[in-house]
Amino acid sequence: MADPIIKVIIAKPGLDGHDRGAKVVARALVEAGMEVVYLGLRQTPEAIVHAAVEEDVDVIGLSILSGAHMTHFRKVKELMDKEGLGDRLLTGGGIIPTKDQAKLAEAGIGRLFGPGDDLQTIIDYIRDWHRSHPR
Amino acid sequence: MANTDPKKTWEPKFGRSELRDADFTSISGRPLRPLYTADDLAGLDGDDVLGFPGEYPYTRGVHPSMYRGKLWTMRQFSGMGTAEQTNARYKFLLEKGQTGLSVAFDNPTLYGRDSDHALSVGEVGKTGVAVDTLADMERLFDGIPLGRVSTSMTINAPAAWIFAMFLANAEKQGAPFAGLRGTLQNDILKEYIAQKEWIFPPLPHLRLITDLMAFCAGHVPQWNTISVSGYHIREAGSTAAQELAFTLADGFEYVERAVAAGMDVDDFAPRLSFFFNAHMDFFEEIAKMRAARRIWARRLKDKYKAKSPRSWLCRFHVQTAGCSLTAQQPELNIVRTALEALSGVLGGCQSLHTNSMDEALALPSEKAVEIALRTQQIIAHESGVPHVIDPLGGSYYVEKLTAELEEEAERIFHKIDELGGVVPAIEQGFFQREITRAAYEYQMALFRKRKVIVGVNDFRNAEETLEIPILEIDESVERDQVRALHEVKARRDNGAVRRSLAALTKAAATPENLMPRLLDCARVYATLGETSDALTVAFGEYMEKPIF
Repeated sequence: MADPIIKVIIAKPGLDGHDRGAKVVARALVEAGMEVVYLGLRQTPEAIVHAAVEEDVDVIGLSILSGAHMTHFRKVKELMDKEGLGDRLLTGGGIIPTKDQAKLAEAGIGRLFGPGDDLQTIIDYIRDWHRSHPR
Repeated sequence: MANTDPKKTWEPKFGRSELRDADFTSISGRPLRPLYTADDLAGLDGDDVLGFPGEYPYTRGVHPSMYRGKLWTMRQFSGMGTAEQTNARYKFLLEKGQTGLSVAFDNPTLYGRDSDHALSVGEVGKTGVAVDTLADMERLFDGIPLGRVSTSMTINAPAAWIFAMFLANAEKQGAPFAGLRGTLQNDILKEYIAQKEWIFPPLPHLRLITDLMAFCAGHVPQWNTISVSGYHIREAGSTAAQELAFTLADGFEYVERAVAAGMDVDDFAPRLSFFFNAHMDFFEEIAKMRAARRIWARRLKDKYKAKSPRSWLCRFHVQTAGCSLTAQQPELNIVRTALEALSGVLGGCQSLHTNSMDEALALPSEKAVEIALRTQQIIAHESGVPHVIDPLGGSYYVEKLTAELEEEAERIFHKIDELGGVVPAIEQGFFQREITRAAYEYQMALFRKRKVIVGVNDFRNAEETLEIPILEIDESVERDQVRALHEVKARRDNGAVRRSLAALTKAAATPENLMPRLLDCARVYATLGETSDALTVAFGEYMEKPIF
């Protein structure tokens, strides 16, 4: 049986304009057979979670290189839980110190990727998560 | 005589050699030949192409004496947390021998928003210093005489009203405008192309830029009004040739706008400067910088009919490539940065920023910043490189590469012209698509290991543990900044603020130069965000269609 298509939102929360990583990952996920909704820049946590509900996605990926990761990841996770998306994956990437990654993992946020992580690792992580979290 | 051509002897020998299985293209994917010879110099070493340093077309440098006369300015970009913290970092850098200041603003400031705006939550003071009002500007430069240091400010969308706050602060320090030296980045076109920090649609932003150019030509004559920037275009993933061409095309656009606004090209062109990236491909970067000088000089002289040789000069700042830094084995970034900095010096830069080794992990620590600055000092004072002007001039390879980059840039200019110019090309997403494609192709080359990054996709250290100190910004910065902003708002003459902002909105709908109005707003402590809003009423907002 073929795997169902994984649906992913990629977004840039807050005011960070560094979108190179988000776009490269978005395209790599599409080429890996996933359906990607790229929301683009300057998204509020509310707008991201609203779109996730509308699109009924499996995964939300946030890209943050501005240092505001603690605020944005926690806020998006809080809103996901509130909107009944607690069973979906919140993951992402950027310049996120290891210590902060650990704190965010404790808050229920998935793996966070950084410079140098290869695209296949990200693709495999999402596929593995999806297989082990059927809904 | 027929058998004595050594090239003919070499070629078949090379052809029979067993070669490494490697990708022998540049980092931009440019095919490279194994050897360049005197044949490649044909037509490229004459005075009209190569010339002499300080002489048209400036391929060999903008000054006759280059680094024998004056070393490049070592200018480390910095800013974090509150104005007091950044002020302390500036004093630290000046004490360590830095010769100019460079201000990094936080994200809310870059977007013209106040620290208490809904979208500013979590961003205040993170990637630079927060400036909401003149009061922050006063604290930022406290004890630093603005009439005596040169100050560079990386600010674009709200550049005109940040500059107004800077001028209002200079007034309070008693420093005459005519004596102020420094640079505003003020390059909105590359924001639409790559960095993405805009407020209004392109045309009103361009009008603010020409207003500022005209104001400076009259009142702040030593100020560099725009730093036309390729740095961000490259960081976003472009190739070297795209960086070169997109940047210079932006520069031509500013020239054309200012001329259309009634200015004489020789009144403003000498105050335009440039900002390039120094990436890892050593020779390609040097060639790119040499080509930039030649292209700019030719266009300004031939097409825009500038008469003053100062208008022909492509003077530029260089920063090493942030995107080349790795989070893995970050100490290796010291080596990468040293190579990139060396290419900037061999490319003939006027000022240089060297990145710190920890920047793929966090904002740089003081230790890392000091090593980065010391790297420049080693190049300047130990290597002997600055003793000789343009030491690679006449190199078969470098001259050929310089000419190839120039030709490729000309092809891209032609393409932009076909699309109707820079602004229509932005609106059609041309630059954005080209950059996104180049970034993806490079990522694929890394993925397939056709390009190698040591410690990342090859030569990894599996047992690595991180042992460098990481700077953290205290969450209290945001609270303190918001409190300070509210205190200023309670203390100032709110009637005067309302009147100045209303006058600004009204003037924005007329062709009058907005700089005096912006200065009025700054003097009465109108906030950055209030000023943005007053202009938005007249100009509207701009949204980009997300493409990937």
